[in-house]
Formats: sequence, C-alpha cells, structure tokens
Amino acid sequence: MSKRIDVNDLNVYYGNFRAVEGVNINIEARSVTAFIGPSGCGKSTFLRTLNRMHEVLPGARVEGEVLLDGENLYGPGVDPVTVRSQIGMVFQRPNPFPTMSIRDNVLAGVKLNNKRISRSDADALVEKSLTGANLWNEVKDRLDKPGSGLSGGQQQRLCIARAIAVSPQVILMDEPCSALDPISTLAIEDLIEELKTEYTVVIVTHNMQQAARVSDRTAFFNIAGTGKPGKLIEYNDTPTIFNNPSEKSTEDYVSGRFG
Amino acid sequence: MSQTATRTPSPLRKNTLTKNQLPKWAIWAVLAGSLVLGAAVSSLIGFHVVGWALFSAVIFVIAGFLVTLSVEGERKAKDRFATNLIYAAFIVALVPLVSVIWTVLEKGLPGMTSNFLFTSMNGMTGVVDNETVENGTPVLGGAYHGIVGTVLITFWATVISVPVGLLTAVYLVEYSRGGPLSRGITFFVDVMTGIPSIVAGLFAAALFGLIFGPSTRTGFVAAVALSVLMIPVVVRSTEEMLKIVPNELREASYALGVRKWRTIIKVVVPTAISGIASGVTLAIARVIGETAPLLVTAGFVNSINFNAFAGWMTTLPTFIYRQLMNPTSPTNIDPSAQRAWAAALLLILIVMLLNLIARVIARLFAPKTGR
Repeated sequence: MSKRIDVNDLNVYYGNFRAVEGVNINIEARSVTAFIGPSGCGKSTFLRTLNRMHEVLPGARVEGEVLLDGENLYGPGVDPVTVRSQIGMVFQRPNPFPTMSIRDNVLAGVKLNNKRISRSDADALVEKSLTGANLWNEVKDRLDKPGSGLSGGQQQRLCIARAIAVSPQVILMDEPCSALDPISTLAIEDLIEELKTEYTVVIVTHNMQQAARVSDRTAFFNIAGTGKPGKLIEYNDTPTIFNNPSEKSTEDYVSGRFG
Repeated sequence: MSQTATRTPSPLRKNTLTKNQLPKWAIWAVLAGSLVLGAAVSSLIGFHVVGWALFSAVIFVIAGFLVTLSVEGERKAKDRFATNLIYAAFIVALVPLVSVIWTVLEKGLPGMTSNFLFTSMNGMTGVVDNETVENGTPVLGGAYHGIVGTVLITFWATVISVPVGLLTAVYLVEYSRGGPLSRGITFFVDVMTGIPSIVAGLFAAALFGLIFGPSTRTGFVAAVALSVLMIPVVVRSTEEMLKIVPNELREASYALGVRKWRTIIKVVVPTAISGIASGVTLAIARVIGETAPLLVTAGFVNSINFNAFAGWMTTLPTFIYRQLMNPTSPTNIDPSAQRAWAAALLLILIVMLLNLIARVIARLFAPKTGR
C-alpha cells in the first residue's frame, strides 16, 4: 500500500512568476523523504504539486511530469480528486473540522464523499486509524466530543488519522510540527517512523534535527535571491547530506552558516 | 520575622503611589451634585424631567472633567470626559428603543385578547364598533387574517430568497475569481440593497400584471416583491460568513479527495451556518414590517385567505395602516386604534420570536467546543 514518486523536469508557476524550476527527484516507496531549505525556496509549493493541491490557488500551474508508480499525475484526463484520494496531506496548522466530533473527523474522508459504510466497519476504521496515529488511547473514551477540544499535538495526530483513514499511497506533511511543543513533536516523529512501514512519507521541515532524525533521504532546496525561482540543490541519503554534502550551499545551510 | 516586618508598610507613612488619585466616592459625589444643580437650573425655565436629565448630564460631563483635571491631571481628565461622552451616547441610543417598546406595550397589551388573535375583521362594520363603545363591551374583531397573511407571504418570500441568495453568495465566494461577472453581481446586489421598497412592489405588480393581466394581486406577488428586498441582504450576510471560513478547512477537505461542491455543502456551509441563519433572520425581520409594497401587490381584505396564489391578502403592517387611516367606525376610532397597537405589538413579538429561533439554529449548528 505505497507507491513511489518520480518527478521529471518540474516547473511551477504562479501566473507568470516561476516559483520552482527544473526539479528532478525520485522518492522511494516506504521511506521518509525530508525537504529542507530556507523560507520561500519553494519546498512547500513543490510538495503541494505532488497531490495537485497547488491548483486550489488561482493562477498556479505546472510544467513537467510527476509519476506515481509510472502514472503521470498531470496526464490529460487525470482528475485531481482521484490524485488526492491516493496522496494524502497533513498541513502546518492542525485543521480538524470544527463542526465534527473526533469520530466524524476520522471518518471525514469516507462520509464527505457519501460512501456507505456500516456501523461496525466505521468503528473498526476509526480504531485502526486512531491507533495508527498513536491517538486511540487518549481519545477512545470521548470519540463523540468535538475535535477542536483536543490539544494542538493531539489535533495534529487527529489530522494524520484522518489522512490515513482513506488509505492513501503517499502521505505529504507540510511542516507538521512547527506549531507544536517538543513532546507533541516527539509523538509525531515516532508516528512518522511507524508510518513508513506502510506508507511513502514526504515531509517539509524547518527543523534540521528533525530531518536528520526521521528521514531516510533529504532534499535541499534554495533560491538564488528574491524573485528568483527555487531549485533543488542536492538530494541524497540523509547522513550524506548532513555529514558529507557535495554542494557548498548545502554544507553552509546544514551547519548553520547560511546567508 | 524581620523580613515580614520590612514588608508591612508603616501605618504612619502614607503610600505615595496613591498621590493625585480621586477617592472612589468622588465621581458619585460629582453625580449627586450635578443632579441637584441640574434640578435648580431646569426649574429656572420651568421644571421638566427631560430638562432636568439634560442639564444634569451636561453639568456632570463638565464637572467630572474639571474635578478630575484639578486632582488627577490632564490625561485622566480626558479619559473621564471621553468615557462620560460614550456613556451618554449609549443612553441616547437606548432612549428611542425603550420608548418604542414601552409605548407599544402600554397601548398594545389591552388589545391582546384571544378575540384579537383568533378572529378576523370579517363582518366587522362601524355599527359593531359604535355598539362596543356605547356599551363598554370588549372590542370585537381581530388580526387573524393579518397573521395568516404575514406568515404566508414571509414564508414564500423566504422560500424564494434564501436559495437564490445562498447560491449567489456561494458563487461569489467559492467559484468566482474576481471576474467581470462577480464584480457585476456585487455591484447590483449593492444597488438592490438601496432600492426603495415601493419600487420593489411596483416591479412585482407590473411583472405579474404583464403575465396574468393587470391588477393581479395575490400573496405570492407580494412574496416576490419582498424577495427583491430580501435577496441582497441574504447575499451580503452569507457572503461575509462564507469569507470567514478558514481556507485550511477547504484544503483539509480537498486533501481527503473530496470534491469541491461536496466540500462546500458539507464543510464550508455547516461551518458558517450559524452566521447564515442569523443573516436570514435579519433579512426576514427587514421585510416582515414592509407596508407599501404589500398594498400594491397583495391588496387588502377583511376576511381570512389561506391561499397565497389566489385572492387578496392582508398582512399585519397593512392591517395597522388600514386601521389607523380608515378606522372601521369613522365616529368611534378607539377600537381601531386599539387593534392597530395590538397588531404592532404582535409584529414586534413575531420578529423577536424569529430572532430566538435563529439563535437556537445557530446554537445547534455552531462549531462544537468542549473537551
């Protein structure tokens, strides 16, 4: 239940502005890949192109191809909704649906699509997803309470449970821990470690220790200056990126000498 | 022990931090003085409660400023001056509201009989009213037909305006990307907000006159006229409510592979439903008291009509208007005036009831909180 992603010569535009230029990357199945780089270098933008979420913004478009196990996401006739049901996403700020209970939040992907599901199947899915997100023990007694009553870290794990409840092939995480305290961050990192046995995980992070801790491979993005497009500078195994990078700018960035 | 001793202030030494502070009772003393002085000044020109209140208020604002200025300094004095002015503005704003409610209660309560609520004016002539006044018996005849008309016409106006208004707002917020169409819609909605209600009435009357022959007057024609007034209010309030739904919720839904229209129906609208409900109630409250467009579209009758699609209809505002302008008995107008005031009270009660219903709806659908 996981697929690999291959990106060939991808350019991302907002209107006429080229935000990301010429990315080639191969993301292995059942692994954790981290994107690091300074703010505004296009790593979040690039992440969103992997499940066509950037199309939500007006004027955003893409050149190049993204292959999910060899099938082009941007091929003619591809429905972005199908793409997104296979490639889930977790956002920077926890965003459980405020009108729904914890249980309904987990089942959101099923219920919002009006799929029929029996009560027992729904219960099983809720337990499996929440267990998968390391949240089951904390919320099993209050599944009918609103999701917005949880702490920030619990909300973020609820969002992860919601994402894995639709059994995606790939999970994209856009700075999932940047709004969380160190203990919640640790919980999420443990979770990512477990998720990679079943899913392909791609994570954007500003925290280089986090990238070093959780990821198998790391990609470093950078921009030449304001108004210039972001580029993929270097992509390699995480220990190589942090200990023995081949590019000077990567070494400057990971050692904190950037800028 | 020595530590506690140093912490306790010596009773002989005065706390210097309280320097230049007015004691708490000072402002009340100023108020009492202003009331006395205000009574004196107003009795110079002939004592009246309103004059007393006005003079006292002006004296209080000035005296409060001067007293504070002399003790606490310029900054505090300005603060007191502004605070008092704001309180004064608040009281001035309350005066008409309280006055209206008081008058309507005072004059309308005597007429609030079961007779008034559950009978129409059918067969009520000047002769009946004259006898009532001569014999001192309770006023006969009521506004039942008006209640029926108000409820039915407002219901149909809501049925027309809410879907149109809601869908327009959804288009503007979710689908349009600031193109000429959406700018045009926004512009015309703004223009429609300012349309005089009689123009809306004439529009509906002319429209149905063209289709079904001149002087077609039914409750539904009135409902169409009212919906012309309601739609812009619904669009505006719904648009504002949809705009404040966080984009993150839409993205969360899209990321689960949910289609846009399902996201709108199941995530965006439910999140905003409490605001939408109160917006719709405000729109209803705006049109339920309309008089002019109803006179030209629904006509006026004394009997009960449950069918909004045939026959003339009376609503409470037109009932009030007729009772005051053309009293049932031209020689004894008191029974008619009593009915008019009772109808006014009833109208206020209906609007309040609608408000309560909207609050309940808002409470039911509001984003849930709690742990």
